[in-house]
Amino acid sequence: MELIGSLITLFGAIFLFLGALGIFRMPDLYNRMQAGTKATTLGSILFLFGLAIGCYRGLCFWRVLILIIFIIFTNPISSHALARAAHHIGVKLTERSVKDDLKKDSQKGDRK
Amino acid sequence: MKIWKGTLILFLLLFVLWLLLAGTDPQELIVGGITALLLSLQFSSKAKIFAEVNISFRSFYFLILYIFIFLIALIKSNLDVARRVLDPKLPINPGIVKVKTKLSSKLGRIMLANSITLTPGTLTVETKDENYYIHWIDVTSPDINSATEAIVRKFEKYLEVIFG
Repeated sequence: MELIGSLITLFGAIFLFLGALGIFRMPDLYNRMQAGTKATTLGSILFLFGLAIGCYRGLCFWRVLILIIFIIFTNPISSHALARAAHHIGVKLTERSVKDDLKKDSQKGDRK
Repeated sequence: MKIWKGTLILFLLLFVLWLLLAGTDPQELIVGGITALLLSLQFSSKAKIFAEVNISFRSFYFLILYIFIFLIALIKSNLDVARRVLDPKLPINPGIVKVKTKLSSKLGRIMLANSITLTPGTLTVETKDENYYIHWIDVTSPDINSATEAIVRKFEKYLEVIFG
């Protein structure tokens, strides 16, 4: 049982590493946010789940499960808030970007 | 009537949270139950947001389905990000697209935005009424209707039943 837990924790660590690598390689803030959010969410979930399996007796398992639920709910909200704030103060998208609907629409709002 | 439904759901949420934290010792259960009751009565005016949940057998069934689909999408999105990061050419084609949702309840919209953020290659940047502005790492269809079809639909049909 502890071996399975350790393996799952290892997978979590691999995903966290890929997230860090993604932040390093992506060209602009929004793409970095993509890599950061997704990889850290599944990475932390697997990490905690491995710990939960390692101590599967009694309450410990359920407490770690609560942590996982809170991470699922709060992680996307925080990254959404960061991306929104960045777009409001005008952080530019990378030159490889195809289109930007939000910029178009918010400029329309200013003219009115 | 509606406000009591929200209060009841808030009470159940708090009580289950306490149950998971403290276990099934009877003394702890009584204390936790009383605390949860007082808190949910105190914040019953704020609990209106929970009153939009449909309580029925069908919505419970759809909730279970939704959780499974969500977890599968989460794993897929991670493999997707891993593939893009490890590829030496960095195959991205990013842009911000606008999509529309049919959901009207606040809680449903929050859940939808969260699900979009955690699914492959999409990140919710801004929400205005029924419009979402989504940063898409690989824009395949810049048109609003097809983008809506690709990003929103698969979650919306479940959340529509659960939250109305």
